[in-house]
Amino acid sequence: MPEGAAGTRRLTVGEALREAVAEEMRRDESVFLIGEDIGIEGGFGGAFGVYLGLTEEFGHERIVDTPISEKAIAGAAVGAALMGLRPIADMQYSDFLFECMDELVNQAAKMRAMSGGRLRVPLVMRAPVGATTRGAQHSQSPESYFVHVPGLKVVCVSDAYHAKGLLKSAIRDDNPVLVFEHKLLYGSKGREQAGGLDLTAEVPEEGYLVPLGRAVVKREGVDVTVVATHISLYRCLGVADELSAERGLECEVIDPLTLLPLDTETIWSSLRKTGRLVIVHEDTLTGGWGAELAARAADKCLYHLEAPIKRVAARDVPMPYAPVLEQSVVPSAERIRAAILEVCG
Amino acid sequence: MPPELSTKIELYRNMLLIRRFEERVYYLFLEGEIPGTLHQYQGQEAVAVGVCDVLRTDDWITSTHRPHGHALAKGVTPRAAMAELYGKETGCCRGRGGSMHLGDPDVGMLPAIAIVGGGNTVVTGLGLAFKLRRTDQVAVCFFGDGATNEGAFHEGLNFAAVQALPVVFLCENNGYGASTPWERVSLVPSVAARADAYGVPGSVVDGMDVLAVREAAAEAVANARAGRGPTLVECLTYRFVGHSRGDARGYRSRQEEDEWQGRDPIVRLRRQLLESGECGEDVLEQVGLDVDAVVEDAVEFARASSYPNPDEVLSEAYA
Repeated sequence: MPEGAAGTRRLTVGEALREAVAEEMRRDESVFLIGEDIGIEGGFGGAFGVYLGLTEEFGHERIVDTPISEKAIAGAAVGAALMGLRPIADMQYSDFLFECMDELVNQAAKMRAMSGGRLRVPLVMRAPVGATTRGAQHSQSPESYFVHVPGLKVVCVSDAYHAKGLLKSAIRDDNPVLVFEHKLLYGSKGREQAGGLDLTAEVPEEGYLVPLGRAVVKREGVDVTVVATHISLYRCLGVADELSAERGLECEVIDPLTLLPLDTETIWSSLRKTGRLVIVHEDTLTGGWGAELAARAADKCLYHLEAPIKRVAARDVPMPYAPVLEQSVVPSAERIRAAILEVCG
Repeated sequence: MPPELSTKIELYRNMLLIRRFEERVYYLFLEGEIPGTLHQYQGQEAVAVGVCDVLRTDDWITSTHRPHGHALAKGVTPRAAMAELYGKETGCCRGRGGSMHLGDPDVGMLPAIAIVGGGNTVVTGLGLAFKLRRTDQVAVCFFGDGATNEGAFHEGLNFAAVQALPVVFLCENNGYGASTPWERVSLVPSVAARADAYGVPGSVVDGMDVLAVREAAAEAVANARAGRGPTLVECLTYRFVGHSRGDARGYRSRQEEDEWQGRDPIVRLRRQLLESGECGEDVLEQVGLDVDAVVEDAVEFARASSYPNPDEVLSEAYA
């Protein structure tokens, strides 16, 4: 929980997301929450506790607990957004988004265009991603499905500061925004054994937004550009420090933050400097957003490239359960390191 | 309370407008003036007209892949609807929607949702917005018998029920999902019976009788407006035409079609008005002439309108 003087307190990603929701709900009466197990007294406050305590302040009218009906959750969010409210819809696991693909892809993404620009769909859909030894149906990172859909925006949250600022921007955006959060980054202590990271960061109490569509350079370097999201980002940063210490090889690590629209300018300017590109994501390889980025890089920066573009992604199999199997599928530090060394070789 | 004569004539006029509009559209389509495909509404006019007559402009409807009748009944102008079918900038969706997405926010109609059952969850969000804002608006979801076997039907109805949302689920049971008879896809003979599963009122209405539809809709809408939650209304109806263009209707007998044609909702109301002596034939003839002029005006308007500028569409995916 927050401690210390204003400006020096540190929050986990989960706490930062909760604060973003609470601030926006206080600021704008049209913001409300809808999802499963989010506001029940004695319940969970959402599958990962992000909404804990909010019912006391905002009540059940603005925290709408639904049946286990993902289509109804997404459809209600679309309908309410069309009427000018700003719903924050909640999926307990991003795997469940496939239950409401029609509402997201056919309705949310297309209503504005179908209406000739006369309607808006200002909704947020939060969804946890990532492999955490839960097996094939609770481990996916399905961002890329949505990156393919014109009309949607896609955000990936990786630390507390950006989590709060991005979620606030997403809530204020007039388009449907999917916000993907990695389960191992929420900051709950119980996840350390599963590889969870303590990502507390200094988070201002008020007054800042992180704009959608802008990437952030997490580590500067001149030898290779590494683009990564979620927990893969931290593996990349770890490998970058190792390679710097061992070989003086300097990786420039970029967190795109928003996959759609993607801030290619930040990536191209890095790539013109380094001439080498490694893309890392926990989404599967084939057709993943890394493929799109690679294709665009080849189109826009081919003559700056000094090596083939490499992608390190989850292997193209349903996520297995056993920890030893799961770790063989997700992009490990070893695979990231090998890819970087290959392009820098 | 039976409606006033002026209301009955308005119902007659609105049904006839849809009929003549659709007949004209069919030939314009065959002549190649209107692109794409068509799902037409002839035969079902009493449903859209009877329901929309009890709605206010600030009440909303969701529609389906067969939305021409809903659009005209809710107040989309014939000009804006026709121009949309032509793909013109002056269309109600500026040529971006087309036949299956007719709609107009100014008259309380979302762009029609052409995914079967798609409106059944979206409508709950309209109702939720009205409830949270404490307005007394109502949202009506039109859908066919086919939609009732979609998961969305069940999720939407149950969610609306537990939240007591101001929503009416209005099923137009025309007997066939495309070519598939209702009896082949449900062991429960009545759609309305499914209301029991969700603890909401269900009713079955003769969908070829505009006055009966109007009465049932008025009750359901009044309940929704008063905060008493959703109703499932099933209107038994029939489309006089194929499912879409080029449907030779080989899955229906001509005898069955003739029987339903004998229950034509427009002929029925006309006969009622004349036999009761409420109005003379001259009045209804004049309505017909007026409607024909309106449709012809819509066609001329659509023809004379400009096509949209392709340069603009690239920037329209996002607000």
